[in-house]
Amino acid sequence: MRARSLVPAVYIVFLLLPIYWLLNMSFKTTNEILGGLTLWPHNFTLDNYRIIFTDPTWYNGYIASIEYVVINTVLSVAVALPAAYAFSRYRFLGDKHLFFWLLTNRMAPPAVFALPFYQLYSAVGLFDTPWAVALSHTLFNIPLAVWILEGFMSGVPKELDETAYVDGYSFPRFFFRIFMPTIAAGIGVACFFCFMFSWVELLLAKTLTAVAAKPIAALMTKTASTSGYQLGLLAAAGSLTLIPGAVVIYFVRNYIAKGFALGRV
Amino acid sequence: MGKIVNQKAWLFVLPVVALVAFNAIIPLMTVVNYSVQESFGENEFFWSGVRWFEDVLHSERFHFSLLRQCLFTGIILAIEIPLGLAIALAMPRKGPWVSVCLVLMALPLLIPWNVVGAMWNILALPDIGLLGRGLNAIGLEYNYTRQPFAAWFTIILMDVWHWTSLVVLLSYAGLVSIPEAYYQAAKIDGARQWAVFRYIQLPKLKYVLTIAILLRFMDSFMVYTEVVVLTGGGPGNATTFLSIDLVKTALGQFDLGPAAAMSLIYFLIVLLLSWLFYTLMMRNESR
Amino acid sequence: MANIVLRDLRHSYMPEPKSDADWALKRLALDWADGGAYALLGPSGCGKTTLLNLISGLLTPTEGQILFDGVDVTKASPEARNIAQVFQFPVIYDTMTVYDNLAFPLRNRRVGEREVDERVREVATMLELDSMLKHRAAGLTADGKQKISLGRGLVRSDVNVIMFDEPLTVIDPHLKWVLRSKLKELHQRIRRTMIYVTHDQTEALTFANQVVVMKDGEIVQIGTPVELFERPAHTFVGHFIGSPGMNVLPCDVRGGRAIFAGEAIETANGAAHDGEGKGFELGVRPEFVSFASAGVPVDVVKVLDVGRYRIVEATHGGHTIKMLVPEDESIPQGSARLRFAPERTRIYKNGWVVA
Repeated sequence: MRARSLVPAVYIVFLLLPIYWLLNMSFKTTNEILGGLTLWPHNFTLDNYRIIFTDPTWYNGYIASIEYVVINTVLSVAVALPAAYAFSRYRFLGDKHLFFWLLTNRMAPPAVFALPFYQLYSAVGLFDTPWAVALSHTLFNIPLAVWILEGFMSGVPKELDETAYVDGYSFPRFFFRIFMPTIAAGIGVACFFCFMFSWVELLLAKTLTAVAAKPIAALMTKTASTSGYQLGLLAAAGSLTLIPGAVVIYFVRNYIAKGFALGRV
Repeated sequence: MGKIVNQKAWLFVLPVVALVAFNAIIPLMTVVNYSVQESFGENEFFWSGVRWFEDVLHSERFHFSLLRQCLFTGIILAIEIPLGLAIALAMPRKGPWVSVCLVLMALPLLIPWNVVGAMWNILALPDIGLLGRGLNAIGLEYNYTRQPFAAWFTIILMDVWHWTSLVVLLSYAGLVSIPEAYYQAAKIDGARQWAVFRYIQLPKLKYVLTIAILLRFMDSFMVYTEVVVLTGGGPGNATTFLSIDLVKTALGQFDLGPAAAMSLIYFLIVLLLSWLFYTLMMRNESR
Repeated sequence: MANIVLRDLRHSYMPEPKSDADWALKRLALDWADGGAYALLGPSGCGKTTLLNLISGLLTPTEGQILFDGVDVTKASPEARNIAQVFQFPVIYDTMTVYDNLAFPLRNRRVGEREVDERVREVATMLELDSMLKHRAAGLTADGKQKISLGRGLVRSDVNVIMFDEPLTVIDPHLKWVLRSKLKELHQRIRRTMIYVTHDQTEALTFANQVVVMKDGEIVQIGTPVELFERPAHTFVGHFIGSPGMNVLPCDVRGGRAIFAGEAIETANGAAHDGEGKGFELGVRPEFVSFASAGVPVDVVKVLDVGRYRIVEATHGGHTIKMLVPEDESIPQGSARLRFAPERTRIYKNGWVVA
């Protein structure tokens, strides 16, 4: 038993090492970083963070990112709910093919869509807004949300629906008051995955924005290439992007094991 | 579960269909459009039929990108699936440490991909990065910006660091859903650890492992950001995979025709292989 | 084959149990002879599965001792105790054939292939699985799979006890009867100790020679099915066994008789309590209540026809009395009087029979 628990421990140390290194860098001055290798900051400084918190270009980047991620998650899950319900409860013309077609979009390489999206969203005047990124991400997130929710919904017996109708519930009331609380875990998991994918994706986020809605990720790459090697600043910016992810994981920690079974196991 | 036939269900799926179609069909039509035309200058297009497709399929550059991609994906799957499974098997099934472990393991999955690339970029710098300096210190000549092998080593290490947790979490979820009675019966039957793994755990994990393989296959085949931030596709072309090659062609060189043709071929390859996995998965589920 | 003794056994799932409620199994002792068919009967949560797992070794008791044939096995693993267990849902090795499933326990113990083949075929014939030996185990129906689970236990010649944890839960109702008979037949043939856990009284009463009735982690009564039916030691036993269960009515005691509804009722154990008292209970099964010209005054409220007899509900002052009336007997309308057969009526105090 003792030897076995070493394995996850070693793995976790391996995972935390680069994160530690990033944090480490974020508290150093550029001089110290370029000067050589130090395992912890010898000249501890909060300058890098100060710049980020006071310079609008930087913190607007975070706001822009959060904006489109939230829009995307809410939108994806909201439209996925009724669709998943339909797939789980009804048979209709073309349902299997439709479901498969939806899933194929999750398999679409973002690189293929980079240029077409650029043209499409410019054409509809949404270029450089959080809506462009949010909408483009729905291409991948909606199929995922539908798939996850359908799995959870199929686990709820139809008798629940029938009992509600017999009891006189109208469909909207049934759906919101009874059904949704029953699949709350599934909704949580779907939101988690939508958030995850939208938050981490860079290519489309970069392509579809210019200045106004530039997300933090794109800002970082811009900074890296233009103003030389401000490694400390980059490290600080990167470290701050860890926070939303950590917060979300913390909130769904109780569902992680169950949720990853995607309700179907 | 008996489903009722109800054509009105289409109303429920309409919003989804509308959004996805908007994002999928219109751009794809654009791509198809470009792939069969040649442009000279601003708005002059001439029909070129399958020319771009032939060009791409015959181009050495495409062949090499595809080869590199397949090698990368193959190595990734060979490492991450067994490793993730092994870690999941080593984790306790119950207890206070479980959620702590799971939360820490999930962390890499939620880091923006460019930050992942940047982290490893910095970490692997030969002079001032922990990994880079460390490797050089023990006598290995290591510089990922100049040596293709070092670059490959670094991106594979980065991907394993980044994504193995997904396999761990999926496998773990599958493992904890195996009822205790199976382990009890195995104890009573006198089965050893290996037999328990082979006859109980592995069969019951088939579904989640298939999902894990499918997801990792698809996502590694589409890998872009982390690699670009880490190596930029280099040194030279050493780590230029399909997505990177495509973006260079489309956004970099603005060769719309070849880019479009390549996009379609790329998409088709992913679709075909994914369809294979999907049918395998559905066959498992109907059991 | 083993005689099983449980001494001062107590078990709690909590690391530090404080109050009575923290103990899943309160102090109990049992002495079971070799080769018998026993049932642990009780409602969900009464501790029967806990007790089963303690005997099989899947759990180690917080306190107490377990002895097989005089040997202390309290800390021994299930393997070392030579037991077999059949679970609530079929536990089989999906990827193996029926033959390999049955052979598995023997092969793990390094038994030679020839003997393995002999034993497997013998058990397969006993369980009527011989035609399925080459099939994949996963393809069988639920009852077939349970037979395989059972078979894996039978195939080992050194098995001391076979335990069953509500094994018919997932079996189709019309097959339950078939399997039950098979189990009984099996027991008579191989004469090994079998312990059967269930919440279904029919299963328990038809299978076992001795039934242990449990409630809230305690043994309420041990006896043969007949004893439990005719002489319940606790109102719970009376209530739980029989369909419908025993009537339990509040009464006083005076002069060796139970007083209910103003009537003095003769009982089987009235002599055990002399003098007067309040707060007692009177227990009599519906089978032993009949209409009479004199006795407890009641109003006939409901009649349920179940074919060969009818279940009549009569009330007195808010209390319901159920009785079974044969098909051809007439039932008075409105008010009537009831007689409780004295040798089948007992007085209880705080649930326990007064002795």
